[in-house]
Amino acid sequence: MSHSAPLIHTPDGTIAAITKALGANLVSIEEANGEVAVHIHRDSLVECMIQLRDECAYQQLMEMAGVDWPDRDPRFEVVYCLLSLTKNHRIRVHLATNEDHPVPSVTGIWPVAGWLEREVFDMYGVLFSGNSDLRRILTDYGFSGHPQRKDFPLSGYVELRYSEEEKRVKYEPVQLAQDFRNFDFLSPWEGADYVLPGDEKTGEGATQQKTAEEVKKEPVKPSATPKTTDTAAQTGAGKAANKESVKRTVRKQKATGDKA
Amino acid sequence: MSMQQDLAPTTGDEVIQNYTINFGPQHPAAHGVLRLVMELDGEIVERLDPHIGLLHRGTEKLIEYKTYLQALPYFDRLDYASPMAMEHSYVLAVEKLLDLDVPIRAQYLRVLFAELTRIKNHTLNIAHHIIDVGAMTPPLWLYEIREDCMAFYERASGARMHAAWFRPGGVHQDVPLKLLTDIAEWLDDRMPRLFEDAMSLVVDNRIFKQRNVDIAIVSKEDAIKWGFSGPMIRGAGIPWDIRKSQPYDVYAKMDFDIPVGTRGDCYDRFMVRVEEVRQSVRIMKQCLQQMPEGPVCSDDRKVSPPKRGEMKQSMEALIHHFKLYTEGFKVPAGSVYVATESPKGEFGVYLVSDGTNKPYRCKIRPTAFSHLQAMDFMTRGHMLADTTAILGALDIVFGECDR
Repeated sequence: MSHSAPLIHTPDGTIAAITKALGANLVSIEEANGEVAVHIHRDSLVECMIQLRDECAYQQLMEMAGVDWPDRDPRFEVVYCLLSLTKNHRIRVHLATNEDHPVPSVTGIWPVAGWLEREVFDMYGVLFSGNSDLRRILTDYGFSGHPQRKDFPLSGYVELRYSEEEKRVKYEPVQLAQDFRNFDFLSPWEGADYVLPGDEKTGEGATQQKTAEEVKKEPVKPSATPKTTDTAAQTGAGKAANKESVKRTVRKQKATGDKA
Repeated sequence: MSMQQDLAPTTGDEVIQNYTINFGPQHPAAHGVLRLVMELDGEIVERLDPHIGLLHRGTEKLIEYKTYLQALPYFDRLDYASPMAMEHSYVLAVEKLLDLDVPIRAQYLRVLFAELTRIKNHTLNIAHHIIDVGAMTPPLWLYEIREDCMAFYERASGARMHAAWFRPGGVHQDVPLKLLTDIAEWLDDRMPRLFEDAMSLVVDNRIFKQRNVDIAIVSKEDAIKWGFSGPMIRGAGIPWDIRKSQPYDVYAKMDFDIPVGTRGDCYDRFMVRVEEVRQSVRIMKQCLQQMPEGPVCSDDRKVSPPKRGEMKQSMEALIHHFKLYTEGFKVPAGSVYVATESPKGEFGVYLVSDGTNKPYRCKIRPTAFSHLQAMDFMTRGHMLADTTAILGALDIVFGECDR
């Protein structure tokens, strides 16, 4: 541990205690980057949270985060960050869900979850059953779509302006003077998963590069026709320039220049 | 008597109905763009529904399209009253994923400026709280302090507010010695003089106490349930401070006290902030005394860029500079939740990396979200005029709340 981020010491036996408290509801538990992450099933959420609060002393729900993984099934991950004031420890509780199946609300355990769930609903479209006030929270009144999903464009779909002619605020489709530029900086010469511009003709094995040792091992073959420059044709040079004609044109230009 | 009732039916209780008023979003006491829909019974607040999101700029979405370094300046623009405290959580989260070592001088500089930021934030909040309940002179003196803080910001980073000075691996540039001596002089003389003068006008003032004592009392249980942090949880009487309990940078070496409230009302929250300013002065003095010489940024050239002078001499340095400012650095896959004690409370960053040069997900935990949500139960049964005092003691900035 050399970083200087907030020091969270996980006491011995924490993982065992959580495993015991959650029992069959636990999917997996791991410690990575010095943080304990608990994975549970969606439907056992409320039961698990009550266990974690009452038996493992994680009194506070500090944060809820949604994460969109379009390649996974189910697609969304909801993360609850819990804090124990008495044990001075933090854990994260992860669960997976999709947009059809609602997650049980934890507003009954922590009222602070009300707005946190509203935000996850607003940003990802994850539903929470039991939250009596599941309105949008951060986006505009009458907004449609869930902006934090990975398939939602960064620029959005509508833009807002005040119309001087109509004396009101108008929504219009987004018009960008320049397309959004997303550069691929992920070192294309190290295993890009698409064909690079200019590399269309190369086959599968063409991109394999030789190491320095392989190149050295190949013997240098003497050429069949030795390269000489005996005649002018062998040098690759063209004919000598006609110097006289150049002089003539220069004189002509000078003469016309004087007249003007 | 009965004649009067017949003639004026509104004097009977059953005829009066609750009515709903709209407080904000363009109200000077709304501290930005907050819209409160309040249901009133006469002057008593029956129900309060805060509408937020009027300053939502999609910061988290934008960060997903930026490299780790490009994402940093967005944090200044969250809580624009305490920019460097916002950067602090983010750089620590990135460093935690990278497991990056930070030079000791950089850690001292960060703590020094994080505490300067706390003074900057608290003077603003204290000033606005006082203004909201009617006093005028103390805020003007407190703004002097804030102006000094901004001048120090500018001398360290070049910007008065949006510093972008904390970087993964340390800080962007070293500070001149004259700046440190000037801060030390300011802490010894000008700052306490201005601050104590201003405080002497309000802390025992009869009108100020009438407006704040016993307003919006929050019990310890409620503070825990509603996810309070920072001065809000300390005001409720729980001595919880991340700087003490989960120290980061060099806070473990600092000697300071945590003020706690006894009643959990607006006056306690105010006084916790007043005392925190004094404690911040203590921490800053210790930083200045203990700060060693040395590098201010990690020498890991895959994360922190080389100095300009080095680039004139070394091809390697030039390549590193080019790669860091185009591609940026890659962060190993994983996820961390890093929370620091920002002036307003626990400011956290939940950072998910997929091993590329851009964050896969960066969830920002604003301090204001849980505090503002609790405003409904805190305001119930109080007078309409008390909402400004309650709001002032919450310390909310909408850049952070709405992101």
